[in-house]
This record gives sequence, C-alpha cells and structure tokens, in this order.
Amino acid sequence: MRDRLLIFSGLFLFVALVTFPMWQGIAAKTSTRGPDVQLPANQKACVAPRSYMRAAHMQLLIDWREGAVREHRSRYTAYDGKSYKVSLTNTCLSQCHGSKEKFCDRCHSYVSLSAPYCWDCHQDSSSTAATMASATSAGRTP
Amino acid sequence: MLDKAMAGGRRYWSWMAFLLLLAAAGFVCYCRQLSYGLGITGMSRDVNWGIYVAQFTFFVGIAASAVMVVLPYYLHDVKQFGKITILGEFLAIAAVIMCMLFIFVDMGQPLRVFNVLFYPTLHSMMFWDMLSLGGYLLLNAVISSVMLDCEFKHVPPPRWLRPVVLFSIPWAISIHTVTAFLYNGLPGRSLWFTAILAPRFLASAFASGPALLILLCLLLRRLTSFDAGNEVIRRLGIIVAYAMTVNVFFLLLELFTALYSHVPDHGEAFKYLFVGLEGKRPLAPYMWLSVGMAGAALVALLVPSFRKNQRVLALASVFVFVSLWLEKGMGLIVAGFVPSPLGAVTTYAPTGPELGIVLGVWAIGALVLTVFYKVTISIREAS
Amino acid sequence: MKITRKAFLRIAGGSVLAAGAGKLVKAISDVAPPPAAVSGSKSTAEGGRATTQRWGMAIDFEKCRKGCDDCIRACRLAHNVPRIPDSAHEVKWIWEEPYEKVFPSQRTDYGRQDLAGSQLPVLCNHCADPPCVRVCPTQATWKRDDGIVMMDYHRCIGCRYCMVACPYGSRSFNWFDPRPYIKPLNSQLPTRTKGVVEKCNFCEERLADGLLPACVEACPQKALVFGNLNDKDSAVRQTLRARYAVQRQPELGTEPSVFYLV
Repeated sequence: MRDRLLIFSGLFLFVALVTFPMWQGIAAKTSTRGPDVQLPANQKACVAPRSYMRAAHMQLLIDWREGAVREHRSRYTAYDGKSYKVSLTNTCLSQCHGSKEKFCDRCHSYVSLSAPYCWDCHQDSSSTAATMASATSAGRTP
Repeated sequence: MLDKAMAGGRRYWSWMAFLLLLAAAGFVCYCRQLSYGLGITGMSRDVNWGIYVAQFTFFVGIAASAVMVVLPYYLHDVKQFGKITILGEFLAIAAVIMCMLFIFVDMGQPLRVFNVLFYPTLHSMMFWDMLSLGGYLLLNAVISSVMLDCEFKHVPPPRWLRPVVLFSIPWAISIHTVTAFLYNGLPGRSLWFTAILAPRFLASAFASGPALLILLCLLLRRLTSFDAGNEVIRRLGIIVAYAMTVNVFFLLLELFTALYSHVPDHGEAFKYLFVGLEGKRPLAPYMWLSVGMAGAALVALLVPSFRKNQRVLALASVFVFVSLWLEKGMGLIVAGFVPSPLGAVTTYAPTGPELGIVLGVWAIGALVLTVFYKVTISIREAS
Repeated sequence: MKITRKAFLRIAGGSVLAAGAGKLVKAISDVAPPPAAVSGSKSTAEGGRATTQRWGMAIDFEKCRKGCDDCIRACRLAHNVPRIPDSAHEVKWIWEEPYEKVFPSQRTDYGRQDLAGSQLPVLCNHCADPPCVRVCPTQATWKRDDGIVMMDYHRCIGCRYCMVACPYGSRSFNWFDPRPYIKPLNSQLPTRTKGVVEKCNFCEERLADGLLPACVEACPQKALVFGNLNDKDSAVRQTLRARYAVQRQPELGTEPSVFYLV
C-alpha cells in the first residue's frame, strides 16, 4: 500500500474530530458533575410541583406570557392555592431564584442550551443578593 | 434531470462560480445584519421599507409576467409560444424565490417568520401575499417539472395538467394584485392610496417580464443551441409595446390627478421624486433617467420598422427593464415615505451591506434560473 | 353487504365534504366575532353609564411650558425606552412636534399667532379603528376591549408593516440592540430587543394597578387629562365638554382616542 501514510493519518484525523466532544469534556472536567444549581434559601415551594417544573417550566412560562400579555391575566393561582403575580423578573427571580446566572444558566449551559431569548428583553433584577445566601451544594440535583 | 446542470463547459462554470461568489458575499453581509440588526441598512424611523421591499415588489411583477406567454399559448393557440412557456415558468419560479428571500432578509425577527402561518390573520394583506406567493411557487413547480419530465420521456403531458395551467393564469394576476393591496389600502400614504396602483403594477409587470424574456431568448440563442425563433421574439415585442404604452399612460394619469388638483398630499411625493422637496432630491436623476429610457423605448417599440429590427428591440427591452426597475424597484416604494406622517423629508440610500445582500439574492435567482435553463436545454438537445 | 367501489367513493367523498363544510362555516364565523363580543369603544355611550371602557386622553398643549420634557422623561423611565441620538434610528413613545407638523391642514396665517411654532406632545392615538392592527400579519398588535392598542413583542416578526400603516408616525422600530442606550437601565422592567416594533401602550401595566400613565402623572402643569371616554362623568369627558378639541387627521376614519384642546 503506497498510500498507507495518507490513509492512516486521515483515519486518525477523522476519529479525533468525531470524538472531539468526548475528550474535550474530559479535559474540561465537566462531564461527570451535574449542573451546579443554586436553590433559593427562603422558599421551598415553587409555583408548581418540582417534577412539573423540571419537565415543563418553559410551557408554564409560555402560558404565563400569553395569558399576561394577550389576555390580561396578570395573576396566577398555584396548585397550593397561593396567588402569584405573573412576572419572570419580579416573581420568579426577585422573589425566589435570584440570579439567572446562578440558577437558570447552570442547567442551560450544562445541556448546551444557548440561552432562551427571554433574556434579550427580560432582566434579572440585581437587588436580590441577600436571597442567595444558601450553600452551593455542589453535585446536588434539584 | 438535475444532473444535467452538472455537465458544462468553462463558460458555464465560470458563470456559476461568479454567482456563487456573489451569493456567498451576500450571505456574509446577511450574517452581519443578523448580528447587528437592520440598522446596518439605510432604512430609518421615517423610511421603514427600502430596497429589499422595493425589489420584492418588482420581482413579484416578473413572476406574474409568465402569464403573458402561458395565456396566449393555452387559451388562444399561439403555437409559437409552445417552446418558451417552460422558460417563462422557470423565470417565475426564480423570481418567486427571489421575492421570498427579499422578504426574509427584511424581517427584524426572521426566525419568527412562520408566525404568519401559525397565527393566520385574514384581515392582513401580508398574510394573503404569503399564501398567494407560496401557492404560485407550488403551481409553477408542479407544472414545469411535469412538462420537463414529459419532454424528457417524449410523451405528451397528462390531461390533468391543462386545468392546473389554466388555474395558474388568474393566480398570476392575483399575486401582483395582492402585492398592490399591501400598499393601496393604507390611509396614511397618499402616493400609494390610489385604485390604479394594482393596474399600474400589472402593466409594468407585463412590460418588464416579457422584456426580460426577450433578452433571455436572445442570450440563449447566442450562447446555446436553443433558438426560440424570430416569430416568438416578434410577438413578445408586441406584448412589451402594448404593456409599456399602458404603463406610461397610467403614470401620466397619476401625474394629472396629483398635479392638477393642487392637493398637497397627492402632489408632494411626486414632487420629491422628480424635483425634490426641501432641497433634497436624491432620486431625481434616477427618475428622469427612467423617464428618458421609457420615452426612447416607446419610440423604438411603437414604430414597426424599429421594432422589427432585433437589435433595436433588444436595446428597447433593456431600456424597458431598467426604466421600470428604477421606477418600481426604487422610486415608488421609497417615495411613499416622503414626506413622513409628521411632514419630515427623510432621504434613503442603501448601504454597502444592504447592497451586498441585494446582489446576493439576485445571484441566487440567477443561479436557480441558470440551472433550470441548463437542464431544459440539455434535455432538448438530447432529443 | 355488497357495494361497488364507485358507490363507496361517492359516499366517502360526500361525508368528508359534509364534515368539512361544517368546519368551514365554523371557521368563517369565528373570524368575524358576533357583534356582542366587540368592545363598546365604538359606541358613543351618551346618556347612562357604558359598561365597557375606552381609555382616552385630552392634551391641553397650551399649558406646556417651553423646554419642559417631564412627560417624555417619565415615559422613558417607566418603560426603559432607549435614548438614541441618531434621529434616523430613534425610539420614542411620546415626544414633541411643532403645531404645523401635527395639524398641517390648519394654517395659522390669519388665525391665532400664538399657536404657530408651539410644541405639542404626540403619541400613539390608540385609535378605535386602527390601520396598524388591520395590517399586522401575526396579530402581534391588536386592540383590547378597553381601547388600548397593544403590542406583543414576543410575536412580532419585525416586518414594520404596522409602522407603514400608521398615519401618525407613532411607532418605532429597534434597528439594533437598544440596551446600551437605556440610561438609567431599570432591571425590574423588561427592555425590548432588536428587530421588534414598539410604541406607547398607555401604561397598561400601571392602569392595571390603578395608577395613571406615567406622562400624565409627571406633568407639572397637569396638561394631560386621562380617563374613560365611555364614562360621561370622567375627567377627560368633562374637559372635552368644556373646551373645543380636535383629533389628528379624523377624516382618515381611524377614530383616535387622543384629543388636543384648542
């Protein structure tokens, strides 16, 4: 085989490129840990059960959005009877989750979800540093 | 059949490479526009639509003009047009693709463009425009692919094709009427607020489209083995002559109403176009060029001995196309925004990236057309 | 039971047609809502209290002090409206224009000379029959029951057709990311993003909390009178009864909710 060098180097390059995500993750030491999410210190219950929020928080947010913007429904009654004002910034973040960077982004970057475009307009209010006094609990999944 | 577009000589591949380069440059400009925003163009708070929408309007006309060869052949037995109906249909497909691209690059949030279909809004003319253009693309794609396939296999076209072709005739009229409806139902824009806008659009479409077709036929005769025949060129010339006359007549009608009535709203946009307002007259040279070219073209087209000379006809077709491109593809849309609702005279000029995107879309249209024509001619050469 | 293929196809086709016709009739009637559902904003509601609201504003522009822009500033603060120096790309919800531009058909040559050159606040007129709503292809802008012409920034595709349709020039487009131009940036309020159209919303979120619009509250001269046009005892109706008022370009049939007291 005259082309042995060319073939094997091409093959090596191909395998290296295809397995790039694997060895890049190993080098960055991120693949074995779960997302490092900071939970709110003062609240134990969200507007919906945890299992529902984990699976379908985007659906809830879209329902909130359509209801608040298009149908004038500015309040939401949760499964436990509590009433919340419909607002990503002033309810979800200000009252409980605090910082998008310490909560939302952690899971989103873990699964390589480029930030949902909510943040192009909505902000996280920076005045909630006190709420985030909870421990980081590395490795604990919410 | 598309594999026939992969076999070509040096001239063919140089042309394709040039078009691909333009398209790639346009794509790079578009990426910059996506990342920065539409502020990269020359549009402003007063001039909300610029060259993208103007080109869209012009090319809807070119797309509709296929009907000018389909109608005589299918309804009036003008047998000579049989050879070129498929060229007209492929031109329509390329033009509609260009229209859709021009609209896409004009959107502020292009990833949401399907909202128009998810939330259909029957009272919005833009919704109907999307439907009618999409339907027209589908119609022409079906018709031309079936016809070409039958030519390839040396069989007559199936019987069900004829009603589909007949259906495409009123549909072609409707796409440009709906496009005119985008403009002439708006109470705040006096230049467009006229019932004759739809007839003007159709007349200029039926002049510029067949003019382009004449030029394409002459080009194909020179570059390939395909010869549409002198009779076809002659008849297309007559169509352009009539349509251009009607188009110029309609423009004069508009000018009469605007200038004789002395109603400021009606006259100001025309003043801006031809003479200028508040000392600003960026479009005036182009509009007078358009008028000059239209006049010269009319003389060449209406005098039979001039029209019969194919070189004169070719030049007249170039003049018709460029004149109408200047009038509709530049003047009409931009001038609708002058003066603004609060009386401001804001000028508009496309920026570099904007022109890059326009050239890129043009290149993609030319690419699509070249591929289709190459396949058609290769099939005809083989038989 | 023996049935020929032709008969089967005929029956099947007829059933599909019958079911489809029912759906078609329902779809068409859903598009044009029955008159009872249409907001009462078109009713003149003379005599007796109207049960539907129509928010409106009367502007006593002669009370405006020269150089005062408190209403504009309050609006900017209340909604994170950017301040863009380039007038070609500026975003404005309420701003000032000279009298001659707002009412171009009202010449002041022989009339009141004090009106010539005076500055008037202009904003979205929240028309009762808005052309912008008519043309929007995604219903990103629509007319609410209480008369406010709303914007849904999530659905807007940035086609700018509403801007083309508005006869008053009330709408602005975000030609690029507005955030660098918002000073001060209030992080408790959303901003908008590039590629969407925005305009005055009569401070609908403040109205929901029982407050007046920011511009109305901020005006030191109390030149802006806001209220329910359908309530004959509201402040705005009383003002409109007491003084002669004009709307911008009423001949266009848009029925603006903003009146200028002359």
